[in-house]
Amino acid sequence: MEIKKTAVAGTLESSDCMVTIEPSAKGLELDLESAVIRQYGKRIAEVAMETLGRLGVENARVSIVDKGALDCTIKARVECAVMRSAEYEGRIGWGGVIK
Amino acid sequence: MTNPNKYRLRRTMMFLNCQKPGLIKDPYIYKPDSIMLDLEDAVAEREKDAARFSLYHALQEIDYRGVERVVRINGLDTDLWREDVRCAVAGGCDSIRIPKTETADDVRTVEYAIEEAEREFSRPAGSVLIMAALESARGVINAMSICDSSERLFGIALSGGDYSRDLQISISGTGVEFMGARQHMIIAARAAKIQCFDTVWTNLDDMEGFRKEVEVIHSMGFDGKSIINPRQIPVVHEIYTPKEKDIIFAEKVIREIDDKKAKGIGVFTVDGKMIDIAFYDGAKRTIALAKASGIYKGDL
Repeated sequence: MEIKKTAVAGTLESSDCMVTIEPSAKGLELDLESAVIRQYGKRIAEVAMETLGRLGVENARVSIVDKGALDCTIKARVECAVMRSAEYEGRIGWGGVIK
Repeated sequence: MTNPNKYRLRRTMMFLNCQKPGLIKDPYIYKPDSIMLDLEDAVAEREKDAARFSLYHALQEIDYRGVERVVRINGLDTDLWREDVRCAVAGGCDSIRIPKTETADDVRTVEYAIEEAEREFSRPAGSVLIMAALESARGVINAMSICDSSERLFGIALSGGDYSRDLQISISGTGVEFMGARQHMIIAARAAKIQCFDTVWTNLDDMEGFRKEVEVIHSMGFDGKSIINPRQIPVVHEIYTPKEKDIIFAEKVIREIDDKKAKGIGVFTVDGKMIDIAFYDGAKRTIALAKASGIYKGDL
């Protein structure tokens, strides 16, 4: 999926995360900020990168500000940011690229 | 075959905004019977897409510990509801709530979309139930045909906010403005042998008013109430918990009817009250409620 424009999904409320995704030509770059980065930073990055991989995103600058989000929320916010960025408005691949 | 969840206990249905991960991550700790995962009015227009992704993953990954997961889709007058149905069915929801239902055809239209989604996402046919919210004068007038519209339909619910707007009245807090709709809906639901649920009480500072309203709808025969805050759950459950004398009486009624039926006796007395087979289902319901409330110690 091609990242066409800067897009944001999520909030800075507790149990949420804010994901910002921007076009890039240098592969995937991930910037992560979290109060629990020592305990969960690696896991959050894994979930985000797996999600980007499923969506076929190869080039993007991704920033995540985590406020204690569960894995399911991280996936949801990354997916939403990617779809908005790619300006995708078709049927969603629930259970396929979204899982 | 009837879905075994069609007649499950639904005293409380707690509305939760799918846009807010903090709300949908662990509502089971408050022990509602059902949660209403909302994609409609609570979700801002520009966040409809985000709410769907949150809903799908929450349904897939969060163990709601037996709490029924109902999804309120957007209205049939929007271009959102079909994707809402795909998302909810793919995620594994138990039921779908149709807002602003006005006709039996509204229910059938959603039913067809659910059937398609069940096939697309390999879920058993008939596994997703439906409930219909009546939010207008036309919807309330058509309650009977709506109740008879689908085998999947487990209940109807009054939605007081939109209904009062349609009637061009304001909500007084006394319930007088909902009397006609409530009575009509409960009669239609019972005639169709489905459940009936009352509207939300929005003034969280008036818990005494809330309690009185729950007592009224309980005595009218409603199966439960839509709620907006966990503080409301114990009040509803307390009022819906049978009293000890009612449980003892129900046990006697069930045992006596079973015994007298075997002996060919149709009418008899229990504790001085005339009893016949018509009391049987009510007594069974009392025992089921006592069991669900965790207070039943008998062996029925």
